Amino acid sequence: MQWETVIGLEVHVQLATRSKIFSGASTAFGAEPNTQACAVDLGLPGVLPVLNEQAVAMAVQFGLAVHADIAEVSVFDRKNYFYPDLPKGYQTSQMYHPIVGPGEVEITLEDGSTKRIRIHHAHLEEDAGKSLHEDFHGMTGIDLNRAGTPLLEIVSEPDMRSAKEAAAYLKAIHSIVTYLGISDGNMAEGSMRCDVNVSVRPKGQEAFGTRAEIKNVNSFRFVERAIAFEVERQIELIEDGGSVVQETRLFDPDRDETRSMRTKEEANDYRYFPCPDLLPVVLDQAYLDHLRGQLPELPADKRERFQNELGLSAYDANVISASRDMAEFFEAVHSECGDAKQAANWVQGELSGALNRESLSIANSPISARQLGELISRVLDDTINGKAAKEVFQALWNGQGESADEVIEAKGLKQVTDTGAIEAMIDQVIADSPAQVAQYRDSEPEKRGKMIGYFVGQVMKASRGTANPQQVNGLLKEKLDALL
Amino acid sequence: MYEKTLTQLAAALKSGEFSSRELTAHYLQRIEKADGHLNSFISVTAEQALQQAEVADNARASGNAGRLAGIPLALKDIFCTQGVKTSCGSKMLDNFIAPYNATVVEKLNAAGTISLGKTNMDEFAMGSSNESSYYGPVKNPWDLTAVPGGSSGGSAAAVAAGLVPAAMGTDTGGSIRQPAAFCGITGLKPTYGRVSRFGIIAYASSLDQAGPLARSAEDCAHLLGVIAGHDGRDSTSVARGVPDYVEGLNAPLSGLKIGLPKEYFGDGLDPEVEKAVREAVKVYESLGATVREVSLPHTHYAIPAYYVIAPAEASSNLSRYDGVRFGHRCDNPSDLIDLYKRSREEGFGEEVKRRILIGTHTLSEGFFDAYYTKAQQVRRLIRQDFLDAFEDVDVLMGPASPTPAFDLGAKKDPVSMYLQDIYTIAVNLAGIPGISVPAGFVGGRPVGLQILGTHFAEAQLLNVAHQFQQATDWHLQRPAFAEEYA
Repeated sequence: MQWETVIGLEVHVQLATRSKIFSGASTAFGAEPNTQACAVDLGLPGVLPVLNEQAVAMAVQFGLAVHADIAEVSVFDRKNYFYPDLPKGYQTSQMYHPIVGPGEVEITLEDGSTKRIRIHHAHLEEDAGKSLHEDFHGMTGIDLNRAGTPLLEIVSEPDMRSAKEAAAYLKAIHSIVTYLGISDGNMAEGSMRCDVNVSVRPKGQEAFGTRAEIKNVNSFRFVERAIAFEVERQIELIEDGGSVVQETRLFDPDRDETRSMRTKEEANDYRYFPCPDLLPVVLDQAYLDHLRGQLPELPADKRERFQNELGLSAYDANVISASRDMAEFFEAVHSECGDAKQAANWVQGELSGALNRESLSIANSPISARQLGELISRVLDDTINGKAAKEVFQALWNGQGESADEVIEAKGLKQVTDTGAIEAMIDQVIADSPAQVAQYRDSEPEKRGKMIGYFVGQVMKASRGTANPQQVNGLLKEKLDALL
Repeated sequence: MYEKTLTQLAAALKSGEFSSRELTAHYLQRIEKADGHLNSFISVTAEQALQQAEVADNARASGNAGRLAGIPLALKDIFCTQGVKTSCGSKMLDNFIAPYNATVVEKLNAAGTISLGKTNMDEFAMGSSNESSYYGPVKNPWDLTAVPGGSSGGSAAAVAAGLVPAAMGTDTGGSIRQPAAFCGITGLKPTYGRVSRFGIIAYASSLDQAGPLARSAEDCAHLLGVIAGHDGRDSTSVARGVPDYVEGLNAPLSGLKIGLPKEYFGDGLDPEVEKAVREAVKVYESLGATVREVSLPHTHYAIPAYYVIAPAEASSNLSRYDGVRFGHRCDNPSDLIDLYKRSREEGFGEEVKRRILIGTHTLSEGFFDAYYTKAQQVRRLIRQDFLDAFEDVDVLMGPASPTPAFDLGAKKDPVSMYLQDIYTIAVNLAGIPGISVPAGFVGGRPVGLQILGTHFAEAQLLNVAHQFQQATDWHLQRPAFAEEYA
């Protein structure tokens, strides 16, 4: 039987507010345990939450970016359950009236084709703390630094049909939230976490199969792997005559499998009800217009512009627009050198390679966009050749010089295009290579083309790489042929 | 000194008749002598009180004393007070030393008042007799076999016995007004949002409100002026100016329109209490007010609606007492579930557990709409009843409680206890202010007249209550206990 996979994602995005969603404590990552938890975060008797306005603005910006309906009135609810790292015994979330209503995101697949994924809603909520099970001799440690960190939970419709689509969706969300600057998107630090709902159904069937929810899938790669495993598990189960049960499963990246956490019967009754300590959030049109006016150009718009106005390929446009930092770096390089294709090649080629080798983000690139753009300009105006350009790049990367021109000057890499100078070097090489000249002369004409490489190499060597290779080629051929 | 009202004490401090230190020592001595019989305090903070008194005296000497500087007060043990045990009347918090001050406490400190200690209360403010306290029941100074009312029973009894000039309480369903009535003092529940809830241990967040219990409406006016106002730390506190509540106390009442809700004079009301209340209304007529009967048609739904909404919120508010971070923790838990179960089993009393169970049930899947959603609809109707009534009249009057204080141990089944709050509970559901003023005695036990106004009408309520107290002296009566024991 042919099976179709149906996937929906719940993405938790940690919002980059300075303080927590309901308290003034800092949200910075990596502090000593329990040093960034105030009385409100600890859920001490008598404390009350006060909503962080910045978190609201960020949620709205996301909603606007995915063309969603923004709720005029949204309401915080309490989700009640007991857990040691949940200090109040409830999580403040938005169950019935989320701040962001239905919207959509366009994803781009590897073949360059696009697909629209609908967003069901997105809601604001507070994060819990962390339970630490190691180093406590059979006891559990609780770190409440993370408790109260604002999260935007983005819930998609079950619109994805493959692990690749799911990964592309997650990348699209990542790209939108980092463009907006509402999250650092750092998956390794948990700034973006993902639960995946997966089911399978016979191809052509309209009704959805029973789904499993996979928790704790925290990288683009894990999303693909967890789905691949889960799809295989479900198909095998059904084909062996069993059936999928609705349950929550945990992805184990070390063993590359999903394991049952709890079934539907064991699920908590969260007893949601409106939080009486918080007022409904009421947003007016002027506020939405104000935030809309502040939206940056978003990845989809950039991608389209790079393709249509700058003539980049769909692939290049997609890769470069995926990250705001890269897109803006590219734009700066382009505005310096004026050649989009060259700028894209350098940013994706030499620069990305070097950054990857040293595990640097583009924001921390030792070469600035201006430097790179200038370097490309020097290639375009024939000041240097391609080989020298790589040398200049390396020098700038290592901080040997402020600008391409400075490096070119210091290293004497300026391309020699003076015919007289090149001819002099050629004459010298011919004079120094009687044996090779004789060989050239005695060869079949069709083999001479290959042999000319030796002479080019010698001339380039004599010029320390600065001679214009096209000129060297042409003049050498003329001079050698004149000897025949 | 203890015969004086807070207003008189403030004047005496100002004129230098005695110092705050003398005054504070006087009350501390009375507490030490008498409170063994009443059990109205959970903690007495004598040393801190005397230090605060000295600071107040120094401020006065240098001309920096505010109106209430140096006045001793007591705080219901529901207000978080930095460095002082804040138990909320529960074993669960018997070991809890609050690391911060409630906004009300901050404001009182800033005004230079002195805290003598923390008063007894029903556990987590759940009760109408002060019998659910982990620290034992409080006795009514008018009759030591009677309850003082609840949940602010310790505050009411201490003020009535002259152990403190005034005290702070909270009122979720009548917990200031009913004990004030039972103890023959004046108690004001402000409009929801008028006083910050920050640092007040939550029972039912949408209903809880703090207010003063004192000898007179004038005393309450002074205190409300200190504690009222917007607080950035409480999203439900209202950003609205605080009037001078003392300034308008003497406005004449001619032309005042009083409504008597017929539902507040029906079955279940003790005829002697009714008589006292109607006598009080006559006093108002003599002051130039007109009286008419009005109707609050949804009154009989108030108790059922309250006992859905309040326990629902409480079940969630009390989830934080899990033995993990603070409060009671059972010995040697075998695992997490055992830790939760035994800590809560041991730490909470019977009434608290009952309300947690009710609230957990009403919020459960399959019951939520039938209970919680319906109760909220009823709540809107009850609120509308009041708003409609205030279209026609300025204030509403009736009894604060259907009977005077009942005997300790008399109400064994919870529902008969819940019915005690029949005239007070709707006020919290509607969010309006209410005040109880002494209006006579039945069998030697005080009767309270309840006066209700529309949202933020505290100044008017205080004016109406004060004028009554200018014409009567019920509020100046003292129980014999005040003389005999202290």
